[in-house]
Amino acid sequence: MAFEKVLTRNVGNPAVLSLAGYEAAGGYVALRKALKEMTPIEVTEEVQKSGLRGRGGAGFPTGVKWGFVPRGGERPVYLINNADESEPGTSKDRLLMTHDPHLVLEGTMISAYALECHHAFIYIRGEYVREYEILMAALTELREKGYLGRGMLGSDYDLQVTMVRGAGAYICGEETALMNSLEGRRGEPRLKPPFPAQRGIFGSPTNVNNTETLANVPFIIERGADWFTGIGKERNTGPKLYCVSGHVKNPGIFELPMTITCNELIQEHAGGMLRPDHAIKAFIPGGSSVPVLRADELDVIMSYDDLAEAGTMLGSAGGIVMDDTTCMVDALRNLEAFYAHESCGQCTPCRQGCGWLHGLLTRLENGGGVDADIPLITELADNIEGHTICPLGDAAAMPARAMVAKFKDEFRAHVARKGCPLRDKVTA
Amino acid sequence: MSSDRRKGDPHGKSGISDEALRRELEEIVAEYPEKRAGALMCLHRAQRHRGSLSLASQVLVGEVIGSSPAHVRELVSFYTLFLEESPGRYHLQLCRTLSCQLRGARDLKDRIRRRLSIGPGGVTEDGLFQLTEVECLGSCDSAPVIQINDDYFEGLDGDMLDKLLDELSARPPAAGGQG
Ligand SMILES: Cc1cc2nc3c(=O)[nH]c(=O)nc-3n(C[C@H](O)[C@H](O)[C@H](O)COP(=O)(O)O)c2cc1C
Ligand code: SF4
Ligand code: FES
Repeated sequence: MAFEKVLTRNVGNPAVLSLAGYEAAGGYVALRKALKEMTPIEVTEEVQKSGLRGRGGAGFPTGVKWGFVPRGGERPVYLINNADESEPGTSKDRLLMTHDPHLVLEGTMISAYALECHHAFIYIRGEYVREYEILMAALTELREKGYLGRGMLGSDYDLQVTMVRGAGAYICGEETALMNSLEGRRGEPRLKPPFPAQRGIFGSPTNVNNTETLANVPFIIERGADWFTGIGKERNTGPKLYCVSGHVKNPGIFELPMTITCNELIQEHAGGMLRPDHAIKAFIPGGSSVPVLRADELDVIMSYDDLAEAGTMLGSAGGIVMDDTTCMVDALRNLEAFYAHESCGQCTPCRQGCGWLHGLLTRLENGGGVDADIPLITELADNIEGHTICPLGDAAAMPARAMVAKFKDEFRAHVARKGCPLRDKVTA
Repeated sequence: MSSDRRKGDPHGKSGISDEALRRELEEIVAEYPEKRAGALMCLHRAQRHRGSLSLASQVLVGEVIGSSPAHVRELVSFYTLFLEESPGRYHLQLCRTLSCQLRGARDLKDRIRRRLSIGPGGVTEDGLFQLTEVECLGSCDSAPVIQINDDYFEGLDGDMLDKLLDELSARPPAAGGQG
């Protein structure tokens, strides 16, 4: 059966920005079905059966995570839709919010019902002002027309949805930092345990899911888990949004099954290389935090499991394509500047290590590097990884180690030639 | 629509009184299970009205959310979108992260430098433009990207940027907004 796009089916149809337009396109059928025909447990079980895995980076099974949230306890349960989208290379959730805000809301509402949650939050990055306005307009219409609030849609279920805008901090996408930020604190990650399912925001059980993850839920409920598991491959089910940026002809967001290879995504969907006389050199498949792949490694399937087997990760599916004019030392330097800037500073290995990595790479790029700098990068990465409160440290370390391992000759050439052997540098 | 966008120049001052601002903030805070959870939304709203977050605005937000001025200050210093001083009328926030660099962000920076004689952190003498280099704006598939006040300008090349700056320069100061 041919693959059918669902997450992006309304892209390019501005009518769906209104409630009437979204319903005319088949919207809120799933919400009604869940409220009228299914119990919260049944909704949770359907999501469990679908095999849906988190699209925010870690790929944890969503239904299993929902199962950790205690029900019927004294404290209210909270659901947070993580729309912080700040991983370099990633711009997929923005597409959903801009073109199909009601899908984002419907997914949030059904998931809240499944978790027996009566107050859900959408935490959106502060820079997304227009996306916030679009969601807010949709939310306002829902409130006015009785789709939210007490006894919504004639059911006996009550739900309130509240938007929170972030304010310019990558780390607030990490779920425990997000929770602190949502509570009106600095966005500093928390030590686990306690896990959010036990004690998240306001001391209550909390479940955080990515925007794309929750956007899958209406389709699972409307069409059933079997439909979902029929897409992709075992353990890697359902439609997936892939981002492609960098040196390709047609950068964009592509909805595809997780049977696509890196090469197919780049060559067939993103239109191939930007400049025909410059071949692909490297591809970061899952956002800046995942290990890079070389041009000869791109026949791998872009599923969670296949990419893990290839020593990298699907992450947030933020694919970054670099052609043969790109200096790998400089590309890594650019990313380490990002991590150094975004480290919250709580853990010494991350706070200091990211800065050191950035300094070392700057020196190499500018021709002041020595041979010993190259193993030092790996050593620094080893000292950061696994020694921090949150995974931002790992996110800075893993790409560094991979770049050095896979492009060692290029790093060495920077020392031997006292500077960058490539003309087209990434940063000024 | 209950967004916190105000007509006119988004980085100008709305002239709202303390009392009226306090009422708006109290309305925001009422939506959250705990007052302090409204902190970021209140700071955004105050900054929208006042152009930046003066100490007085921070104290006001603190009173509404039930936090000390010191706590509010901590938030303002942690979150890069909160500004203690008003930026230029058009705040050019140029993405410097990898996907944008691969598609020519450095050329855009050079062009801004040549044309406006400002580098990152600089403000033009007439106060019209300020340049800030920012990290990934989450629009990598349309790189290179500049956010100007509330809007993203995507897939820019040097000529498009020039045209954009021409348009912004030509606008009468009171008109505000940015397309
Ligand atoms: C530094 C860091 C940044 C993150 N940023 C985001 C983000 O912007 N959006 C997101 O959904 N998840 C982000 N995550 C992952 C979240 O912590 C969390 O795993 C995710 O929101 C869970 O949703 P999912 O299970 O649906 O993927 C980030 C993680 C880390 C360590
Ligand atoms: S690893 Fe880095 S970002 Fe995460 S808590 Fe530690 S210092 Fe903060
Ligand atoms: S790298 Fe510039 S928007 Fe992501």
